[in-house]
Amino acid sequence: MVKITGIEFRNPTILASGIMGTTGASLVRMANSGAGAVVTKSIGPEPKTGHPNPSMVKLDCGFLNAMGLPNPSYADFDNEIKIAKEGADVPVIASIFGGNAEEFVRVAEGLTEAKPDAFELNVSCPHAEGYGATIGTDSCMVEAITAAVCDAVDAPVWVKLTPNVTDIRSIGKAAENGGADAVVAINTLRGMAIDINSGYPILGNRFGGLSGPAVRPVAIKCVYDLYETLEIPVIGVGGVSSWEDAVEMIMAGASAVQIGSAVHEGIEVFGNIATGIEQFLQDNGYAGVEDITGLAHEVI
Amino acid sequence: MRPINAKIIQIIEETPSIRTFRFDTSLNDAQPGQFVMVWLRGVDEVPMGCSFKNGITVQKVGDATSRLFELKEGDSVGLRGPFGKGFTLPAKDENILIIAGGVGVAPLGPLADSAASVGAKVTTILGARTASELVFEQRFSEAGDIHLTTDDGSAGTCGFVTTVLADMDVSAYDRICVCGPEIMMFNVLKMLQKKGAHDRAEFSLHRYFKCAIGVCGACCMDHEGLRVCKDGPVLNGSLLLDSEFGNYKRSSSSQRVKV
Repeated sequence: MVKITGIEFRNPTILASGIMGTTGASLVRMANSGAGAVVTKSIGPEPKTGHPNPSMVKLDCGFLNAMGLPNPSYADFDNEIKIAKEGADVPVIASIFGGNAEEFVRVAEGLTEAKPDAFELNVSCPHAEGYGATIGTDSCMVEAITAAVCDAVDAPVWVKLTPNVTDIRSIGKAAENGGADAVVAINTLRGMAIDINSGYPILGNRFGGLSGPAVRPVAIKCVYDLYETLEIPVIGVGGVSSWEDAVEMIMAGASAVQIGSAVHEGIEVFGNIATGIEQFLQDNGYAGVEDITGLAHEVI
Repeated sequence: MRPINAKIIQIIEETPSIRTFRFDTSLNDAQPGQFVMVWLRGVDEVPMGCSFKNGITVQKVGDATSRLFELKEGDSVGLRGPFGKGFTLPAKDENILIIAGGVGVAPLGPLADSAASVGAKVTTILGARTASELVFEQRFSEAGDIHLTTDDGSAGTCGFVTTVLADMDVSAYDRICVCGPEIMMFNVLKMLQKKGAHDRAEFSLHRYFKCAIGVCGACCMDHEGLRVCKDGPVLNGSLLLDSEFGNYKRSSSSQRVKV
């Protein structure tokens, strides 16, 4: 059992936003496959179709994607959260986005009736103009948006950060100053792939975000830095696909880990990683995840 | 995988709105019912059932397929795949019923070839709106028995594939493999349920795909969250009975829309 921002999780693995989170039914399926909590697809103020395909491509080192925040808007999504809450026996976290504080608040308030266990603010999508990282690279906006949403809702507020900044600590600090209950790091790294047969960038949006094994060392360093700087918990995400990866992320400073691209290899990944972490803790005489959270900071 | 470059070596006009495109590259490990993502560079990328190891059979319906129909022999597209789960492979002496409607013939053509080549007995119900819209009639005939149906009666039985199916004793078939418009497939599922054969039936489904590799969840069906791109596109009838199938699907913005 893990407790973060007042919410109890049966294990420290969480389904990351943007993966299998478009419908209530798929969120329930991920919970049933072992996830300790699930985060929805990012939901915005208006329906959005996203970028043209190809929107995701597997490369040798990871995955490149540019979905473009496709979503049915909060008005059409509250029912999916209700389905997820009814069917899944784990916390359901609503990921939301907007172009400014007012839009974030409108979406958060619009979903409040469905009673998500927490909100995760997407200020980090690297490829949607006017949204995501456009906001998340500006610490003043991150603080203002976080403060506005924290004012508007009672549920805990997590802020998901972009690694595409000079210093992620300053953005994390802005979220904390705005009243965030936790930060989630990292979203994808901006990247691109080109088809050498034609010269066309492969993604419909031309560029997108890199995830998977390639980004894990970047995520580990970001989590390490944020843990050192912030008082609030850090939830680690980026390239975790095994229990060893998860333990490494926790030792860098994560209170829990989110898993995304690794779902490609099988949805059993949550149960497998949770079991592996549990076994590791037991084998090494640790009472819980909190015993090894940030361990890398203590052994110097 | 990155898209592989596939040059069009032959274009066959199957009907006024359906064409087969054959490529210089073969996806030799493609199983009947699996699909490829066909990338029309600068326009879009869309899923297509493989109608041959090196070919797709396509109806012109939107931006991507309109662009594809503008291409000529010698032009090229990008291909990723084969992806997804296809039909159960037929075995020697099995009895297979194929039910194909319109461009739904695409993934069933290779299944008929495969069944005939291993010594399975194949019966096909092939339907279309009108005689000129029937596709792969000769291909299915070469694999076994064939029943034609057209909405207007211009060839075979006047009516739908279900008109023929209604009078059939399906207990003889080990498997029933279906692809066509969703309403047609839904009517077939309901009829097979009445005949107690829905759990021996496999349906090739169509949903809006984004990632196509089982990660994003855009093609998930209610109420089990099955991913059409990875758990499907071929799904057993028993998985579809209490589902959104025949009722609604999701648009590109994940909103529910009527089938």
